[in-house]
Amino acid sequence: MVPASHYFLLSLALFIVGVIGVLTRRNVIIILMSIELILNAVNINLMAFARLLGSVNGQIFAIFVITDAAAEAAVGLGIIIAYFRNRETLLADEMDLLKW
Amino acid sequence: MAAGTTLLFYFFAALAVLSAIFVVTARNAVHSAIFLITALLATAGIYLQLQAEFLFAVQIILYVGGIMVLFIFVIMLVNLDVAMRQEQFNRQWLAASLIALALGAQLLFAFWLVRHQGGVLSHAPAAAAALQPNTELVAQGLFRDYVLPFEIASILLLVAMIGAVVMAKRRI
Amino acid sequence: MTPYFLDHIWLIPLFPLAGALVMLLFGRRLANSIVSVICVGSVFVSFVYAVGAFFQLLEKPAGERVFERVLFQWVPAGAYHTASGALGNFVADWGLLLDPLSGVMILIVTGVGFLIHFYSIGYMGHEGGYYRFFGYMNLFMFAMLTLVLANNLLLMFVGWEGVGLCSYLLIGFYFKRKSAADAGKKAFIVNRIGDAGFLLGIFLISATLGTLNFSQFPAALQAGHFEVGAPVMTAIALLLFVGATGKSAQIPLYVWLPDAMEGPTPVSALIHAATMVTAGVYMVTRTNAIYQLSPYAMEVVAVIGAATAIFAATMGLVQNDIKKVLAYSTISQLGYMFLACGVGAFAAGIFHLMTHAFFKALLFLGAGSVIHAMGGEQDMLKMGGLSKHIHITWATKVLAALAIAGVPPLAGFFSKDDILSKTFEHSRGLWFIGWVTAGLTAFYMFRLVFLTFHGVERIHPDTKAHIHESPWTMTGPLIVLAGLSVVGGWIGTPEALGGSNRFEKFLHPVIATRPETGIEAAGAASRGTEYLLMAVSILIALAGIWLAWEMYLKHIQWPHHVARRFHGLYELVFHKYYVDEIYDALFVNRTKDLGIFLGEFDSSVIDGLGVDGAGWLTRFTSSVSIWWDTWIVDGSVRLGSRLVWLFSYPVRMVQTGLVQSYMLLIVVGLVGFLGYYWFLYHR
Repeated sequence: MVPASHYFLLSLALFIVGVIGVLTRRNVIIILMSIELILNAVNINLMAFARLLGSVNGQIFAIFVITDAAAEAAVGLGIIIAYFRNRETLLADEMDLLKW
Repeated sequence: MAAGTTLLFYFFAALAVLSAIFVVTARNAVHSAIFLITALLATAGIYLQLQAEFLFAVQIILYVGGIMVLFIFVIMLVNLDVAMRQEQFNRQWLAASLIALALGAQLLFAFWLVRHQGGVLSHAPAAAAALQPNTELVAQGLFRDYVLPFEIASILLLVAMIGAVVMAKRRI
Repeated sequence: MTPYFLDHIWLIPLFPLAGALVMLLFGRRLANSIVSVICVGSVFVSFVYAVGAFFQLLEKPAGERVFERVLFQWVPAGAYHTASGALGNFVADWGLLLDPLSGVMILIVTGVGFLIHFYSIGYMGHEGGYYRFFGYMNLFMFAMLTLVLANNLLLMFVGWEGVGLCSYLLIGFYFKRKSAADAGKKAFIVNRIGDAGFLLGIFLISATLGTLNFSQFPAALQAGHFEVGAPVMTAIALLLFVGATGKSAQIPLYVWLPDAMEGPTPVSALIHAATMVTAGVYMVTRTNAIYQLSPYAMEVVAVIGAATAIFAATMGLVQNDIKKVLAYSTISQLGYMFLACGVGAFAAGIFHLMTHAFFKALLFLGAGSVIHAMGGEQDMLKMGGLSKHIHITWATKVLAALAIAGVPPLAGFFSKDDILSKTFEHSRGLWFIGWVTAGLTAFYMFRLVFLTFHGVERIHPDTKAHIHESPWTMTGPLIVLAGLSVVGGWIGTPEALGGSNRFEKFLHPVIATRPETGIEAAGAASRGTEYLLMAVSILIALAGIWLAWEMYLKHIQWPHHVARRFHGLYELVFHKYYVDEIYDALFVNRTKDLGIFLGEFDSSVIDGLGVDGAGWLTRFTSSVSIWWDTWIVDGSVRLGSRLVWLFSYPVRMVQTGLVQSYMLLIVVGLVGFLGYYWFLYHR
């Protein structure tokens, strides 16, 4: 196996890219995709450590993460569609109703 | 064998990172989605390398086949052309990038410390046979040890489904 | 058992006072006839009481003719130390003193006063303010009687001021005329200057003798062991004399008397001839004990009296207003009286006061009668030949002129002769001045008579149409006064002419006898000198009359030629030696300048500093207050709000409503937390 640190670094890289994506892009769909990236990064980390420690718990945890990611993507996209229908915009900058 | 594994790993890793970067920087949302698919596929490859066949399959079927397809459907639904012509990055991109990089640096530092002090990362990995047969072990863990979270996850999916349906309806 | 009139002596001043009060309260609503009855009647009743009191005084033996009666204590008694350390008891009562001197005075004041009041009924009959006139006149009578009957200097000063006030009121009776109002002011102010000296004299007397009561003076002077010529006595005497010069119009304070002719003629007669102006002479005689202790002061009095006499006489020579001539004549005759007092002949001075009251009042009332006949004309140059029209006035006027000229056997001769002979014994120089003045007096008096009653008629035709003799209410008093002018002098007939000079003897107890100075005791002039002096006096009087005859009846162009020849001198005298102008430049305008300066000072400094300063200060404090309010008070309020804004700013910035910024904050927080954790654990 490749040393676990490599996996960790990979996970870290993906995580940071995902964070940058979340914080930086205006298109909400891409934000959601960046969130998926983050989750994936976490999953990689989990899997690597599961392999390192020889425990299947890590993998089970990763399954749950994927489940959660799916549910969240579904609901999130539903929200985007609903919002798009109302406001005709996909840009996170223009969604500032939370201000009030 | 080990060299091949390492090479494969580096290949998948580079693909994942590159795709991830393209996901974040593509102008066209569809391109972004495609790149995300490749990133996910690369990730699946990595899973496979890690003796996790079940998750490799789950990843592809669920993540790519389910979630990304959903993403692409939604991208089609919303106004793509207009979005492409607009400014892609928000006002805080520089600060956000820097802070994110700072976060990354901190985590790197933590990693370095662990490496230095000889933490868990320095251990030798466990035997590969510990995770075999993978699917059975996963099933055991899922339906026996962690059945409660499993059930809750189901309900979560149910709620998400209802929620998604309700959200996307034109008239409730 | 005090005789009735003596006991009720205090009523004498009160009758006119009652009249004045009635006029004050009700006069406006009363008819002229009622006013006349009340006011003239009150004076008449006073006269009756005065006569009664006088005779009851006479009943007393010669040495005891003093009656004092205190009405009430006015200023409470206070013990104090005089300048010499003696213990004095200051007491000023409202007290009345009747002795020969005040007895004579009240007779003159009430008698002549009554006649003049009676005359005024006719003279002021058709004037406006009838009740006001009589009210003031009665008030004057009250003040004058208080002055004369006072038993102490303080009460005398009350009367002194009272007559000054009434003089002002009556001079300015025709108050709508500016010249009258100014004359009244002038009289009062000049009087006041004299009064300052009088007051200082009173203070000095109080400090030196410890008493102001006349009856206590002899004892106090004795106790003080003052020698003749003591400086303090000289000071007192001179200060008192300053007051006398003010009231009795001597140099240098005589300037008010000619202007006082602005008042109605009865006022001029009563106040400025017979009574008020004589108050100075009375006062000096009253305090003769002090004067006799200071030969220097008496010398001053005599010199000023003589100087005034001749000075005023020269001015009277060229005046054309009938009343002005008489005014200067009054000043001149008052000079005689002071001359008499100055040489020690106090009784002679009072004698002349009495006779002068008669003929001067007559002269004034006669002049009033002339003015009345002429319809208000007072310029002699516009008269002439009136003897044919107004006989009684003319006859009485001529008698009065003869009296004042000093022609025997009329009253003026005796009194003037008395003075001149006593002066001769004292100083030849002063006698010479007095003698020349007598001649001048005769001259200007008969100039008046000739210009007014004789010669060419220079009367304006309109006036001439209305010439008429005055009614009996006016000519009656004229006749009475004429009679008094004739016989009035006979009680002072000197021994040289066979009389016994009863007047002088009567007043003898009042005059202190000092062998060193008192002429009374001496009287060592030889009969021969007396006869010679008498003859010389008569001669110059006749010479004066003759000269007037020549210049104003026979050669009427002479006055004109003389005036042209001595043009400069004539102008000087005609303009009263420019004394008024000099006083104006030296004192009046300087005082006005002071007033203006003070006014400027007041408006610029006091008003500027005080009022404007207060205003500025208020505005300044208000601007400070505004600043405080705006910047500090409001500022603290605004500071609070700004602090809230300031502190809310970051919070506001955070609440963007944008999810991504919230995400960023989460990451920032995470970074911070991790950093802190690392820092804590790995240092």
